[in-house]
Amino acid sequence: MSFITYVISGISLGSVYAIIALGYSMVYGIAKMLNFAHGDVIMVGGFVVYSLTNSMGMPPLVSVICSIIFCTVLGVAIERIAYRPLRNAASSLAVLITAIGVSYFLQNIALIIYGSSSKVFSSVVSIPPLKLAGGALFISGETIVTVLACIVIMVGLTLFINKTKAGQAMLAVSEDRGAAALMGVNVNGTIALTFAIGSALAAVAGVLLCSAYPSISPYTGAMPGIKAFVAAVFGGIGSIPGALIGGILLGLIEALGKAYISFQLSDAIVFAVLIVVLLVKPTGILGKQIQEKV
Amino acid sequence: MKTEKKKTGTLFTANTKQLIITYGMVIAAYLICEICILTGNMSNQMKGLLVPLCYYVIMAVSLNLTVGILGELSLGHAGFSCVGLFVGAAFSISMQDMITAPYLRFFLAILIGALAAGVIGLLIGIPVLRLKGDYLAIVTLAFCEIIKNVVNVIYLGKDSAGLHISAKDTASLNLEETGTVIIKGPQGISGMPSDANFTIGIILILITLFIVLNLIHSRDGRAIMAIRDNLIAAESVGINITKYKLMAFSISAALAGAAGAFYGHNYQTIKATTNNFGYNMSIMILVFVVLGGIGNIRGSIIAAVILTLLPELLRDLSEYRLLIYSIILIGMMLLNWSPKAIEWKKGLAAKFSGKRQAMKEKKHSEKGAQ
Repeated sequence: MSFITYVISGISLGSVYAIIALGYSMVYGIAKMLNFAHGDVIMVGGFVVYSLTNSMGMPPLVSVICSIIFCTVLGVAIERIAYRPLRNAASSLAVLITAIGVSYFLQNIALIIYGSSSKVFSSVVSIPPLKLAGGALFISGETIVTVLACIVIMVGLTLFINKTKAGQAMLAVSEDRGAAALMGVNVNGTIALTFAIGSALAAVAGVLLCSAYPSISPYTGAMPGIKAFVAAVFGGIGSIPGALIGGILLGLIEALGKAYISFQLSDAIVFAVLIVVLLVKPTGILGKQIQEKV
Repeated sequence: MKTEKKKTGTLFTANTKQLIITYGMVIAAYLICEICILTGNMSNQMKGLLVPLCYYVIMAVSLNLTVGILGELSLGHAGFSCVGLFVGAAFSISMQDMITAPYLRFFLAILIGALAAGVIGLLIGIPVLRLKGDYLAIVTLAFCEIIKNVVNVIYLGKDSAGLHISAKDTASLNLEETGTVIIKGPQGISGMPSDANFTIGIILILITLFIVLNLIHSRDGRAIMAIRDNLIAAESVGINITKYKLMAFSISAALAGAAGAFYGHNYQTIKATTNNFGYNMSIMILVFVVLGGIGNIRGSIIAAVILTLLPELLRDLSEYRLLIYSIILIGMMLLNWSPKAIEWKKGLAAKFSGKRQAMKEKKHSEKGAQ
C-alpha cells in the first residue's frame, strides 16, 4: 500500500512539474531562450494568493484569478523590458544572464516585502479527500485538483495551438522566426503571448504547489522551477505531451527516490536524471533532432 | 572584450603594459591596506573582510576564464570551491599533527583542494562540455546542487587507525574513543586551523592572475578564444575543441577549488548551504564578472572589490544589497549587449566627442596604412 501512496504523491508532484514545464517548454520553443525567472513567477503567483486570501480574507477563487492576471502582466512586462531588447544580441549568453538577473530580482523583492522565513499557506482547495480501500489509501483534495488541472491545461493548450490562428502563429515563429515575419505573423506579439500563457500557467502551478506543501517563502519557486526545466528537457523541450510525460516521470522519480533511496539526496537524484538524459538523448523523449548549420 | 581587441593586434609592449597595470593594481591595493593596518586606520570590520575579499576576487577571475574566455556560462562555480574547501580543510585537519609547519600545511591544503576541484571539473567537463549555452548552464547548476547535497550527507572521522568515511551518521564511522569527527554531514566541517590571512590571499590572487593571464596570452588561450568566437570555424582549422574546452574549464575549476580551500581556513566551522555554495553564490560571482566586463580580467577584480565593500560600507544598504546586484546584472546586460543600446552609446559618444573620435579614427586608419 505504501508504494501506491508514494506513486500518488509522485503523480501529484509530477503534475505540478508538468504545468511549470509547459511554460518553460513553450517559451524555449518559441523565444529560444531559457527563462530562468519562470520559477520565481511561480513564487509571485503564490504570494499574490497568500496576500489576498491569508492576509486580506478574500475568497480563494477570486485571489487565484487575481494571481493569474498579475502573473500574466508580470510575464509580459519582463519580456518587454528585459528580454526583447536583447533578442538580437551578439551573444546568446546575454539574455540568459539577464534572465538570471530577473530571477534574482523577483526573489529579492519578495525577500524585502515578506522576509526570508517561510509562511503558512492555507490551501485554496476545499474538496474533501478521497479515501479508498477502506481508508488505507488516502488521496487529498489537492492531489485531485492538481491532476485535473494538469489534464485540462494540457488538452486546452493542445487545442489552442492546433486549432486557433494565434496558436498556429506560435508554431510558425518557433519553426522559423524570419519566415514567419515575412508571412505577416506579428513575431513580437506572438512571443509576448507565449510569455503571457507561460506566466499564467506558472501562477496556477504556484497556487497548486503552495497548497500541496502548505508553506511559501521567497525561495519556493527556485527549486521547482529548475526541476521543471529538467522535466521539460527530459520530455523533449518544445513539446506539450513531452512536458506532461517528463513532469510525471520526474515527479515519480523524486517521490520514489525520496522514499526508497535517500531523503537528503532526492534533489541530487533528479539532477542526475537530467545529466543522464542530456548525455544519452539530448533531445529528450519526444524531442526533435536539430541539425546545426554552419 | 574591449581589452582583448586592444591586446591582440597591438605591439608586445602594449600587452606588457596592460599586465603591469593589472599586477600593479593588486600590489598597490595590498600595500595601501597594509599601511592602513599598520597605522591603525582600518576598522576591525574591514579587517574581517579582507580574506573574503581575496576569495571573491579569485572566484571572479576564475569564473571569467569560463564565461569570458571560453564563452560558456557555468553556474556551478560555487560547487567547485565547495569541493576545494572540504577537501583542503579535511586535509589540514587530519594532517595537523603530522605537518606542524602551518605555511607548508596550508600550501599543501590549497594545492590538494585545487587538485580535487580540478579533477572534479575535468570529470564533469568531459560529458558536460558537449552541451552548449542554456543546457550547459543548467547542467553545471545541477552539478553544483549535487555536490552540495553529497557534501551534506558525508561523515568523515579520524582516529589512530586512519580516516573513516560514511554516508549515514556519526555512529557508523566506528571511531575509537579518541577519534574526532571532521565532517558531520549537514552540520558541516569544523576544526580548521585558521591559517588564512590577507598576505596569503594576495599571493594567491597574484598566482591566479599569473595562470589566467598567461593562459589567455598563450597559443592555448588563443585557441580557446577562437572556439568562443566561432566553434565550427575553429574546428575546421584543426583546433581540438574538447581538449581546449576541458583545459579552460578544469583550470577555472581548480582555481575555484584553491580559493575555496583558502576561504575555509578563515573559519572554525563551515556548512554547505544554498547561500554560500549553491546557486546564489554562483550568481553573485557571475554578477562580479558581468559588472567588470565579460572577458575583462582586471574588471572582474575591480567589480569584486567594489561590490563586496560597497554594501559593507553603506550599512543601511545591506538589506537591499542583493536587490541592487540583480538590478546591476540586468542593467549591465541591457546596456552592453542590446543592439539598440550599443547604437545609442555610439551616437552619444560621437555627439560629445565628435572631434576626438574623428582624430582617433584617423590615427587608426594611418596605422592600418602603415
